Amino acid sequence: MPPALQIEQLSKTYESGFKALNSVNLTIERGELFALLGPNGAGKTTLISVICGLVRASAGTVRVHGHHWTEEYRTARRLIGLVPQELTTESFETVSATVNFSRGLYGLPKDPARIEQILKDLSLWEKRDSRIMTLSGGMKRRVLIAKALAHEPKVLFLDEPTAGVDVELRRDMWDVVRRLKASGVTIILTTHYIEEAEEMADRVGVITKGEIILVEEKNALMRKLGRKQLVLQLVEPLARLPESLAGYDLTLAAAGDELTYTYDSQGERTGITALMSELREAGIHFRDLQTRQDSLEKIFVNLVRQSQ
Amino acid sequence: MNLHAIRAIYAFEMARTWRTLFQSIVSPVISTSLYFVVFGAAIGSRIQEVDGVSYGAFIVPGLIMLSLLTQSLSNASFGIFFPRFTGTIFEVLSAPASYFEIVVGYVGAAATKAMLVGVIILVTANLFVDMRIEHPLWMVLFFVLTAVTFSLFGFIIGIWAKNFEQLQFVPLLIVTPLTFLGGSFYSIRMLPEFWQTVTLFNPVVYLVSGFRWSFYGQADVGVGLSLAMTLVFLAASLGVVAWIFKTGYRLKS
Repeated sequence: MPPALQIEQLSKTYESGFKALNSVNLTIERGELFALLGPNGAGKTTLISVICGLVRASAGTVRVHGHHWTEEYRTARRLIGLVPQELTTESFETVSATVNFSRGLYGLPKDPARIEQILKDLSLWEKRDSRIMTLSGGMKRRVLIAKALAHEPKVLFLDEPTAGVDVELRRDMWDVVRRLKASGVTIILTTHYIEEAEEMADRVGVITKGEIILVEEKNALMRKLGRKQLVLQLVEPLARLPESLAGYDLTLAAAGDELTYTYDSQGERTGITALMSELREAGIHFRDLQTRQDSLEKIFVNLVRQSQ
Repeated sequence: MNLHAIRAIYAFEMARTWRTLFQSIVSPVISTSLYFVVFGAAIGSRIQEVDGVSYGAFIVPGLIMLSLLTQSLSNASFGIFFPRFTGTIFEVLSAPASYFEIVVGYVGAAATKAMLVGVIILVTANLFVDMRIEHPLWMVLFFVLTAVTFSLFGFIIGIWAKNFEQLQFVPLLIVTPLTFLGGSFYSIRMLPEFWQTVTLFNPVVYLVSGFRWSFYGQADVGVGLSLAMTLVFLAASLGVVAWIFKTGYRLKS
């Protein structure tokens, strides 16, 4: 059985000369929830746009369930649903009219029962006769999801579905995504919230400057991302670390006045309490301490460095 | 063939007509009635007959053509420009629909609306003046060809326009003057000889002339030439639309 999505050597250079995608290779299995992480301008939206036929590729191929995305565009596109990042909705249409329009556009006959189910699943049923412009931003996002689901796609792209939505709605959106995944839909989610990937993804890909620099199981990545550091400013500089502290992941700054302890904040035990008493016993005093965690930006930078 | 897609686009565009009923249907009828009052009654009372036809009846084909052209252009250009402007065009472009199907949906709806207005004006005109249609089949042919051709032209403008100003530019500054100077309200034979020759470079002359011939059997230029010119415009518009989709001009980067 061919994978949900097979991307080979996909490149896109815009007319301006900007290289948005550089030889991207990526395979996404059926039923998977794949989170594509990357800073703004990394190429996430361009990648989705090329796959969905909104932007022309400069080179490379995409196959959706084994179907070539331009040569067999009818079959390939029929399998894809796209929820764009921007809230691009009709203003004057009603919710049910716009969702029915999407289904027809994808070549399917009317199916009121199916549309009713989709609208109910997304808590839009009560609003079915409301004009879209009267809905809140969160509801409009749901309308976009309903439109994308109207033709029962097998592969769903969610381009930053929770950008600019409040915390409660984000939780709601995650529930929606989980239900979709449970129904067997392959989901590709782009985001720059690490938390979002952590909540839901099976695998995570990191894209930067148009290149996929890492694809990893989420759990493995989270371990990397979960690392935290405790920095101690020492009263008296140390020449070297005492033997009693050899069991800790400690580094001493060159001047000997700063001690850095790296630990796993996700772990069962951080080891901080034990370290503190060891330090006291060894007679090492400190006048200040701070903890720090890598920001997502920094994690990206580190990942880029590691991959080179 | 994705017939559901054609129907979805067509129905969507037609729904816009019913939603904006006044703007779409009522206002062209009112403005045309005003033309009748001004040109037909006020001025027409001083012009007895043109080629044996009362002036009021003489201007009917020109008036219908005027509405057909402007309606086709504005419906089609707005119909495709608006989704480009709001961004909802993404859905149409990523759907499993061919370019042909997309054009049939949009242009078909725009032409339908324009023809609807044309028919309403024809019926309205019948209340004001006595008129006849000598060649009904030819009349329908010119009617449909013009609506389709100018809807295609409008579609092109809607794709080309980068903003609302450009969207209005061609209809207001090029097509409206050409229509008024194209013999909608007079026979070009009323003009001095030099201007008659100049007028022959105005494509609208051929549309109005052929259409008027189907009503009264009289024309400024031969009906065969009118039909040929109409088909040339149709072919040119089709060619440009085909090129737009082939290159993705203003649709795909």
